Amino acid sequence: MNYEAVIGLEVHAQLQTNTKIFCGCETAFGEEANTRTCPVCIGMPGVLPVLNKKAVEYIIKTGLATHCSITPSSRFARKNYFYPDLPKGYQISQYELPLCEKGYVEILVDGKVKRVGITRIHLEEDAGKNLHTSESGASLVDLNRAGTPLMEIVSEPDIRSADEAAEYLKKLRSILRYIEVSDADMEKGNFRCDCNVSIRPVGAKEYGTRAEVKNVNSFKFVQKALEYEIKRQAQILDEGGRVVQETRLFDSSKGVTFSMRSKEEAHDYRYFPEPDLVPIVTSNETIEAIRKTITELPEAKRNRFVKEYELPEYDADMLTQSRALAAYFEEAAKLSGQPKVIANWMMGELMRLLNAEGKEIEQCPVRPDRLAGMIKMINDGTISTKIAKTVFEEMYGTGKDAETVVKEKGLVQVSDTGAIETIIDDVIKANPAQHADYKGGKDKLFGFFVGQVMKASKGKANPEMVNELLKKKLAE
Amino acid sequence: MELHDLTIHELRGMLEKGETTSRAITESVLNRIKAVDEKVKAYITVTGEAALSQADRADKDRKAGTASAVHGIPIAIKDNMCTAGTRTTCASKILGNFIPPYDATVVTRLNGSGIVMTGKVNMDEFAMGSSTENSAFFATKNPWDLGRIPGGSSGGSAAAVAAGECIAALGSDTGGSIRQPAACCGVVGLKPTYGRVSRYGLVAFASSLDQIGPLTKDVTDAAIVMNIIAGHDPKDSTSADIAVPDYTRSLVKDVKGMTVGIPKEYFIEGVDPEVDKAVREAVKTLERLGAKVVDVSLPHTGYAVATYYILATSEASSNLARYDGVKYGFRAQGAKDLLDLYMKSRSQGFGPEVKRRIMLGTYALSAGYYDAYYKKGQQVRTLIKQDFDEAFKKVDIIATPTAPTAAFKIGEKSSDPLQMYLSDIFTISVNLAGIPGISLPCGFTTGNLPIGLQLLGRNFDEESVLRAAFAYEQATEWHKKRAKL
Repeated sequence: MNYEAVIGLEVHAQLQTNTKIFCGCETAFGEEANTRTCPVCIGMPGVLPVLNKKAVEYIIKTGLATHCSITPSSRFARKNYFYPDLPKGYQISQYELPLCEKGYVEILVDGKVKRVGITRIHLEEDAGKNLHTSESGASLVDLNRAGTPLMEIVSEPDIRSADEAAEYLKKLRSILRYIEVSDADMEKGNFRCDCNVSIRPVGAKEYGTRAEVKNVNSFKFVQKALEYEIKRQAQILDEGGRVVQETRLFDSSKGVTFSMRSKEEAHDYRYFPEPDLVPIVTSNETIEAIRKTITELPEAKRNRFVKEYELPEYDADMLTQSRALAAYFEEAAKLSGQPKVIANWMMGELMRLLNAEGKEIEQCPVRPDRLAGMIKMINDGTISTKIAKTVFEEMYGTGKDAETVVKEKGLVQVSDTGAIETIIDDVIKANPAQHADYKGGKDKLFGFFVGQVMKASKGKANPEMVNELLKKKLAE
Repeated sequence: MELHDLTIHELRGMLEKGETTSRAITESVLNRIKAVDEKVKAYITVTGEAALSQADRADKDRKAGTASAVHGIPIAIKDNMCTAGTRTTCASKILGNFIPPYDATVVTRLNGSGIVMTGKVNMDEFAMGSSTENSAFFATKNPWDLGRIPGGSSGGSAAAVAAGECIAALGSDTGGSIRQPAACCGVVGLKPTYGRVSRYGLVAFASSLDQIGPLTKDVTDAAIVMNIIAGHDPKDSTSADIAVPDYTRSLVKDVKGMTVGIPKEYFIEGVDPEVDKAVREAVKTLERLGAKVVDVSLPHTGYAVATYYILATSEASSNLARYDGVKYGFRAQGAKDLLDLYMKSRSQGFGPEVKRRIMLGTYALSAGYYDAYYKKGQQVRTLIKQDFDEAFKKVDIIATPTAPTAAFKIGEKSSDPLQMYLSDIFTISVNLAGIPGISLPCGFTTGNLPIGLQLLGRNFDEESVLRAAFAYEQATEWHKKRAKL
């Protein structure tokens, strides 16, 4: 039976405000336990929440960046349940009337643009952390994280494959980083994803029973978990069984999902409007003021790159992953006048060196104008593309510019016809047997001669000229 | 009269003239506590040492000329308002050892005015009750008849004021918990408009209904305390950003030009005939003082108690979830796992009425019942509010009995929760609508028990309420009577 996967993703992104959502504590990461707390976020008797306006600004900005409509009068709600990391015994979240609704995000699937709908985006507070120590058998509660502002972004079940899911998450992350509302780093735990996945026969209109896979903490694992889950559900249906609606976790070492709940019933959270907070009223003026703070978003930038720099979609997509990367590209492209060449160098050598050190573009030791400078030297024949690789690595390692490196290392390309001819003559003289074989029809030996000439010239001979002159001379 | 029998404004006058000292007043009050509290049992915690040093400092400030109007006057605080460094129990075992590291905003404001805190007074556990019999520690007695309840949930506050065990007190009111005990104990009790006084540091019972207010010996003192505690608090998002007038300027001895409404739904069968008579006499007095009196109707009054017991308990079930034995307060021993810890701590830590209300509220919010109960309750609440809005188009003040009877006997209603709930029948709508209301004495039964007159006003019109109350009070002698202990 041919099945189609139906996937919806719920992302929790931590907002990068200075302070928590309902109190003035700093939103620190990795601090000593229970040092970033106060009576309000601990949930002591008699305390009351006071809304952080910046958090509201950030979520509205996110809503605008994802084409959502902003709810003019939005409400908080209490989500009630007991757990030690939830100090008040309820989470202040949103239920009816979330701040943002009905938006979308565009992703590239097989080179085509696909829209993934966003059902809603709402604001809520994060819980603390439970740590289970093995020594005493006790559990410890750290409330530093309790009260950190979270944005919950719920997608429509428009995603149809594990690859699409990964693309959606990457696009969402890039938008959040572009508008600087969240660090959106899965590894740091400030971008968490729960997946809802079901399958149905291709062409069917009704949805199948879905399973939820919670707390997968990398894009790669999301993909693997979804792939596994789709297979697992297909097997169940093929064998005539029924998929159980349940919550599952992903075991990254085994690459499988496993059921989390034993006989637990579904939680009844007893939502009701939060009486300690007034409705969030957002005027059109406020919305427009926030909209103005949004500069070009990834989609628009990508489209512009395709048009303005005549780049393929793929290149444009890669280079607009982050604002900083795009800015780097534009500066280098403008200075060098060779956008496609810059694109190739960035997506190739530059990313290779950065990734090896785990660095981001902001930490790249080669400035855009220096990259452009190196491209110029290739253009005017001073160095060959091959030599440029060495030059670039040297520039990256030392921070020096291309001219300095070329001079110091004596890497100027030899493009003097006479000089190359002299080298060729010497090589041919030194290898009479191979010359005879080549003339006798062993064309493959051409490569050998090229290699010898390059060796003799310490790689500096202009490759095109070597090819041309060598062909002529070998034929003589 | 002893110093402890006097009012804030009388003592203030004496202090200014140098006729007494804060030390002397505080000693008088502390001695009175020693003399009678074994019988009255108003106090959970007496902070005698701290009170005396606060008094001494007040006297020093007065000499230096830096004292404020109420410097050095001893006030008691209901035990559901957080006082830094002093036990705050809410009369519950689950907070029996809780010492907050912070002050409620009202406490900060009182401290800023140089008030001396005598201690924390008794209440129904978590403010849930109408008789103070639900305290986990002990019941408070009515100073007018020690076999009777002082009312609730601010029974300790009202009894302490009536017994001279403090000059004034703070209480909290969610369904009548300031006004009804004030009526039972023959003192003045004011519930401000919702949002008029900050709730920060008031241990929450029902977030959309709770308000803090003064219990005092007369209306002037209530106005003085309101001047100190009222006003916007950035720590309370539900506190109103509306300027606080000088409430003592409302203390005018007539009500000329005001219209008083008498709602027929509050003068019904079940109201004690002596109460009915005293309140009607009071209304006649207001008429003599210049008010026009008209009939009004508040047609949805009959739904108020049911609405309240759905909405308040729903909010309470959520507000009390934090008492789980994990972070502070009582934690049960011998739990085998997390669920067991929760269940044992809460079962042992909460009293029966609190548990009853948590269950009611949890049920009303649960899936499948939310629409029929909680949502419906909120809609009826709007109708009740609209009743008042309509009435206040015609009148400035509404006058009613505070309670259907005077104080009942201890134990009389404690085995029938629904009967107990009905003692709030005249005060409960006021919280649902959010409007301000005051109770003040308007007579005594033949058994020498106080009867309370309730006056209600428009939102943020405490001025009219205080004026009408003051005018009536000054035309009578009820406020001068003191309980004999």
